[in-house]
Amino acid sequence: MIRVELPQHLRTLAKISGEVTLEVAGPVTQRSVLDALEARYPMLEGTIRDHVTRVRRPFLRFFACQEDLSHESPDALLPDAVASGAEPLLIIGAIAGG
Amino acid sequence: MSKVRVLVGTRKGAFVLTSDGKREDWDVSGPHFAGWELYHLKGSPADPNRIYASQCSGWFGQVIQRSNDGGKTWEAPGGDIKPDPEAMKGTSNKFVYDTSPETGKPLTTHQFYDGKPHPWEFKRVWHLEPSLTDPDTVYAGIEDAALFRSTDGGTSWHELAGLRGHGTGPYWQPGAGGMCLHTIILDPSDPKRIYIAISAAGAFRTDDGGSTWKPINKGLYSQYIPEPTAEVGHCVHHVAMNPSRPGVLFMQKHWDVMRSDDAGDSWHEISGNLPTDFGFVIDVHAHEPETVYVVPIKSDGEHYPPDGKLRVYRSRTGGNEWEALTNGLPQSNCYVNVLRDAMAVDSLDSCGVYFGTTGGQVYASSNNGDSWAPIVRDLPGVLSVEVQTLS
Repeated sequence: MIRVELPQHLRTLAKISGEVTLEVAGPVTQRSVLDALEARYPMLEGTIRDHVTRVRRPFLRFFACQEDLSHESPDALLPDAVASGAEPLLIIGAIAGG
Repeated sequence: MSKVRVLVGTRKGAFVLTSDGKREDWDVSGPHFAGWELYHLKGSPADPNRIYASQCSGWFGQVIQRSNDGGKTWEAPGGDIKPDPEAMKGTSNKFVYDTSPETGKPLTTHQFYDGKPHPWEFKRVWHLEPSLTDPDTVYAGIEDAALFRSTDGGTSWHELAGLRGHGTGPYWQPGAGGMCLHTIILDPSDPKRIYIAISAAGAFRTDDGGSTWKPINKGLYSQYIPEPTAEVGHCVHHVAMNPSRPGVLFMQKHWDVMRSDDAGDSWHEISGNLPTDFGFVIDVHAHEPETVYVVPIKSDGEHYPPDGKLRVYRSRTGGNEWEALTNGLPQSNCYVNVLRDAMAVDSLDSCGVYFGTTGGQVYASSNNGDSWAPIVRDLPGVLSVEVQTLS
């Protein structure tokens, strides 16, 4: 069971309260987690990564286990603690603008 | 008894203002989508409870919202959780340019501010225009400028690529606010005729339902572009039409207020005695097609009313002769702007006129503009105002 924490605006959009838990088949990567997230909450498509290029939106960052994973390959394995559900994948909006 | 519903998009959410036909006491609902920019909301003429909204954010991009109950509740079309996962679609915010050789053209660049080629990139939806007859059909004007249409209630979108691909697209440049397609007017007398306007390319018209387009900018003069009478390149801020006379158009250009009596084939200036002919909004009275409203703004460098006086100007002669409407509007120390989609009229017997300001006020007049009163004073900066007249 993978745990994902979303920014408040995306929780509101997807009508989610609290953390999301997802089943991810196969290797646990940014891509596989986001694929599972968007499959379950289709209104989130395009809000975290571009519809076509699948590139992360520039004002969003991915963190886990106190590490910034934003610039890791989307196909790199996420830390074991995320894959085991011990730690969540944090999707965070940049603190910028107003 | 008749009611009016005013749909207000702001920099930090949407608000729905409702009143009875007297338009004196108002109920304020919102903020909806708190914290997001709401560039535009508009109701379907075919089903007033169907409202579309453009919600966007620098962080999370574009979202399209839809209401089926007059703005009480909202959904991202196709994005709600359904028992059958195959029925879920996360494409209501997917605006992908059509570059296929069959329907579009492999057009990949327009001009940037510096005149260099720049790839087309979707940024946001500026304007949503529901069909006059089908609640599930809606047009979207986007930045970078293109026209999209949905026929499934906003669940999926397809570009009418003939506009970008008609020939002048590579020469379009962004205005200061971005290269936005901000005006969409559907001709009630001819379902195949659509007018659109782009800042800073100009106005365009299709007569075949959107397959082919032509620029309609003859008569416009823009001294700030290399060829002031060029076919494209004009910074049109807004265009308005009275549905009873669909061939007559009124335009607020970057500078100059213009009029066309031949469906945009030619334009002539009607700025007349306005204190300044710079501005963003323009609208036409619901029952008097020669009565036009503008809000003059001092200049392109100073986006506020001249002399700190917020004045709507009304012409009852189709232009050239304008009178200042000041009753109820601040006449000192007022330095707000009124953005291009932030004025609307209702169709009650005594025509209501509404506009919103970047200072968060929404003003209403229930008597053709003779007097004004604020419905609300302290919203976030207003991006758009639309009104629905409900029976």
